[in-house]
Amino acid sequence: MRTCGATPGGPDLAGVDLTTQAVIQGAVLRAGVEDGVPNGAPVGNAYVRLLDSSGEFTAEVPTNELGQFRFFAGPGAWTVVVLAHGAREEFKVQAQTGAPVDLVVHI
Amino acid sequence: MSRATSLVSIDWVQENLANPHVVFVEVDEDTALYEKGHIQGAITFHWRDDLQDGLIRDLISKEKFEALLSKSGIANDSTVVLYGGNNNWFATYAFWYFKIYGHQDVRLIDGGRKLWELNGLPLITEVPARTATRYVAKERDHSIRAFRDEVVAAIGNKNIVDVRSPAEFSGELAAPAHLPQESGQIKGHIPTAKNIPWSKAANEDGTFRSNEELAELYKAAGVDFAKETIAYCRIGERSAFSWFVLHELLDLQNVRNYDGSWTEYGSLVGVPVAVGA
Repeated sequence: MRTCGATPGGPDLAGVDLTTQAVIQGAVLRAGVEDGVPNGAPVGNAYVRLLDSSGEFTAEVPTNELGQFRFFAGPGAWTVVVLAHGAREEFKVQAQTGAPVDLVVHI
Repeated sequence: MSRATSLVSIDWVQENLANPHVVFVEVDEDTALYEKGHIQGAITFHWRDDLQDGLIRDLISKEKFEALLSKSGIANDSTVVLYGGNNNWFATYAFWYFKIYGHQDVRLIDGGRKLWELNGLPLITEVPARTATRYVAKERDHSIRAFRDEVVAAIGNKNIVDVRSPAEFSGELAAPAHLPQESGQIKGHIPTAKNIPWSKAANEDGTFRSNEELAELYKAAGVDFAKETIAYCRIGERSAFSWFVLHELLDLQNVRNYDGSWTEYGSLVGVPVAVGA
């Protein structure tokens, strides 16, 4: 579990064998105050899609209650698409074995 | 079978939330989702605990299926409406399961849980109390299920559709990218299989593409609709999604889901395997 005061981003990598996995992860957070939901609050019902270098769909996960998501990709160029009620954001990333990509997405 | 009888919209769902003849059933890969919130009145089936034999690798028996539906308050004449997360993968697997055991009226929510959430529609945590029934299932319909020997015999003769991602098909990945990569099976695909990822049949919001787009998708990839088709993936859920597209939406006969899929085929001794795109 992420502890209070930790740097925002994807889930804890303890237990993940980074010598074999090219991880792309992150957290989706609310930008601005809306309906009493504070700025930076986790978005726990977003959907995150992973597209390969040709734009082909590869995987999709819902965010957890902390707004976090994780993919085990292969090394190379990927696109991360974040979908939520009223929002869509796209990011180009480079995955590497041993060096996880950690995104913080504000929507 | 057709789009009109197998698929319902989220508008239809909202109009039928209080319809006593309709039973909504959520089936997810992430089984914690239901507890976090679900469509009003929906019950849930656990894809493993409820729908896998547990001892041997197989569907649950007819008797266990009858017991599951009976305790869930599903009658033989109920309209069962399935939905779930992950673009309805496990919900379409459950749909196929209901068809295996001959349920008359089973439907799928187009877009599933994702479209419901992306539209900001309400989810509740209250679990409904349903009155038990005495459900009677039919014998398994194996005309929609393929076994390994049939798959090996289909190489070069029938349509084999590999619905996994291109990276899994080519042998680059052994499992979908949201799962840790397995080492139990060799990597690659069944020779002569066409790689038509399940995702190509879906829009970004999880709804199915139009029948015209779907027919063109499979034809362009070399699927001959005059021949029998076998769909497979890794464990049979994503291929249930594509089976739904071919058998229910496009109304094609002779379409089977190979639920043994790559976790079985990739472990078989001596069968041919292909790699690359």
